[in-house]
Amino acid sequence: MKQEKDIQMSSETRLSVKKTYKLFIGGQFPRTESGRSFHFESKDRSFQTNLCLASRKDFRNAVKAARGAFKGWSEKATPMLRGQILYRMAEILEDRRVHFTEELSFEGLSQKEATSQVDLAIDRLIHYAGWADKYQQIFSSVNPVQTPYFNFSALEPMGVITAMAATETKESSLLELVSAMAPVIVGGNTLVYLASKKTPLTAISFAEVLQASDLPAGVVNILTGDETELLTHIAGHMDVNAVLYLGSEGESLNNLKLLAVQNLKRVVHEETPDWKNPNTESPYWIQNFQEVKTTWHPIGQ
Amino acid sequence: MQPTEQNFDFKTGTIYAPAPESTSFVELKGRYDLFINGEFAPSTSGRTFKTINPATEVSLAEIAEGNAKDVDLAVQAAKTAYEKTWSKISAKERAKYLFRIARLIQEKSREFAIIESMDGGKPIRESRDIDIPLAAAHFFYYAGWADKLDYAFPGKKVAPLGVAGQIIPWNFPLLMAAWKIAPALATGNTVVLKPAETTPLTALKLAELFQEAELPKGVVNIVTGAGETGAALVSHPDVQKIAFTGSTEIGKLIQKTVAGTNKSTTLELGGKAANIVFEDAPLDQAVEGIVNGIFFNQGHVCCAGSRLFVQEGVADLVIQKLKHRMSSLIVGDPLDKNTDIGAINSKEQLSKIQMLVNAGVDEGGCLYQTSSTLPDRGFWFRPTLFTEVSQSHRIVQEEIFGPVLTIQTFRTIEEVIEKANNTPYGLSAGVWTDKGSKIFTLTSKMRAGVVWANTYNQFDPTSPFGGYKESGMGREGGLHGLAPYLKFVN
Repeated sequence: MKQEKDIQMSSETRLSVKKTYKLFIGGQFPRTESGRSFHFESKDRSFQTNLCLASRKDFRNAVKAARGAFKGWSEKATPMLRGQILYRMAEILEDRRVHFTEELSFEGLSQKEATSQVDLAIDRLIHYAGWADKYQQIFSSVNPVQTPYFNFSALEPMGVITAMAATETKESSLLELVSAMAPVIVGGNTLVYLASKKTPLTAISFAEVLQASDLPAGVVNILTGDETELLTHIAGHMDVNAVLYLGSEGESLNNLKLLAVQNLKRVVHEETPDWKNPNTESPYWIQNFQEVKTTWHPIGQ
Repeated sequence: MQPTEQNFDFKTGTIYAPAPESTSFVELKGRYDLFINGEFAPSTSGRTFKTINPATEVSLAEIAEGNAKDVDLAVQAAKTAYEKTWSKISAKERAKYLFRIARLIQEKSREFAIIESMDGGKPIRESRDIDIPLAAAHFFYYAGWADKLDYAFPGKKVAPLGVAGQIIPWNFPLLMAAWKIAPALATGNTVVLKPAETTPLTALKLAELFQEAELPKGVVNIVTGAGETGAALVSHPDVQKIAFTGSTEIGKLIQKTVAGTNKSTTLELGGKAANIVFEDAPLDQAVEGIVNGIFFNQGHVCCAGSRLFVQEGVADLVIQKLKHRMSSLIVGDPLDKNTDIGAINSKEQLSKIQMLVNAGVDEGGCLYQTSSTLPDRGFWFRPTLFTEVSQSHRIVQEEIFGPVLTIQTFRTIEEVIEKANNTPYGLSAGVWTDKGSKIFTLTSKMRAGVVWANTYNQFDPTSPFGGYKESGMGREGGLHGLAPYLKFVN
């Protein structure tokens, strides 16, 4: 009898162990070098935590990690391997659905909504996993030139992509992160993802999924921070090839486009899409972050 | 190994007698007006500028100078044509207009070729065999796409954008007009085109041809002028699409101008292409390719192979062969069928080339030029090589847009890949080797939109063209050249 009582007592008084939310750069979980943080709490305040407020230096470190990973991911990793790694992400996410559903509810979603978001995110990963070794055949061509040359055009990844989830009216982070990330990396690019400050939780937890998925370090880097603070640094960075801006039109986007001109970064803008719409998953999303290369060779003896 | 070719002396003029193309049946008017809404009309300001023959500095015609008001008239005409006619007729009919235009260019090919060489300075052999046939082929190719767009984008329905503002350079005047106009019309857009101020004639002859083809009025409008005319077009609120070919500097200005708008852009900008020769390359072919890569069209080519990389073991031999081959290049009258290198397009461009070549000498580069005799009048530049240069030299980094080649050597494949890609540009590259696996290693590792293996400077309407990085965005040519003029509607 006494023993039972003890157990009961301890469960009432046990202090839970809280996760420290950090950044994800180069396959590691560092704190922001700036030592700064911001506070997040659920609507009913039952859940509260602090997250890293990433600095310009953190962003630069993330780009460096992404650039370092690009060669291996775009050249060594075969399309099929990239597909398998995405599929592995789906497996791990499926395994952790309870955790992600809970985090999404802290971000303000109903249980039903949260469950549906996690389901969609898993299915979207699988959708893109399947594209890994197929999109090239959809978008490449053998060109029937008039002269005796063999001529073909194929897609190649752009390089380092930065995706920004503008804060605004974000309801959930997980599906957006997966929908933005999967087409970028399945095509051989590497990514720096800046999560929305309003819904940052699942982004960092998703980094744990990435780490468990055999994804090479640096292919995806995730930051939490202030979009307005980092925007000029992202737009002006000379080693970023393209920026995906997820937010509405306005001053931020215009600034981004202006600064991006410095090295002619490609700016892809999607105005807070409804990620549940099936149109938001398609090979054209992969194509957005690809260049077309045309190769010529004479035909003769 | 020594070159075994017999050393012909090309300087005495005994081998090639002059063979000038007759200009007698070319009819040029004294003045060319703006082409707006199917009619030629003077600019509202009444201002004009002269277009000259760069080989003689003689004026060829007075050209109307369009200002913002003229651009507005042209855009309104294009907008009305888009709404009332061009988007209403069936795609099959649209195609037939383009086929008709292609045929008419073929019929008038000689006239176009001569005018192109007179106005721009390029050798008649090039305008006759490359520029004009390719321009006709481009219309012919895109004509056929007009009624097949549903097959080009699996799973998507597409729609045209509206009015396309197109700004083209002076190096391939008619060909660039064709590259711009043909896909825009095939996809159902209407056009306002601004030709370069030094080479407006063939575009205006093309306008006459549009009249002859009975192209509905306003579908293509042509407004001549300089930078300000182009700026008015770029910033016009009723233009949905900007397509520009020209320098990276102006391309960036355009991109800044449209940053706060919903205009989409296609930019074909500068380049500083690596042309890489390995020890196992067929050297005589490679030398031909090097010459074609840098001296084609006086080097006024955005994809010119202006940085030569030769593997150490054959560097001396390749340079020796190259100098020998260069000694037979004939610089002079663009209308002479024997001419290899014509006139530099303008006085301004000539000074820019001279300035960069001087910088090359100042920075310690070793200069070599042929001893060709140059005509007294006109703008000319001898084929030029620089050895003893490194990656940090200005002439290695900056686009010269003239017949100037820098030569560097390399030892390993990794080294040359690194050096070749070490530039903000990424338009084109060349590689010369007899080993297939090496070709694919090189072509796949060049960060450039067009890669020529064992050839250089080949173009075709079916073949997508365009740059990585600061060489631009979007593709022209082929199926991939349709997308920049369309939007998805589902």
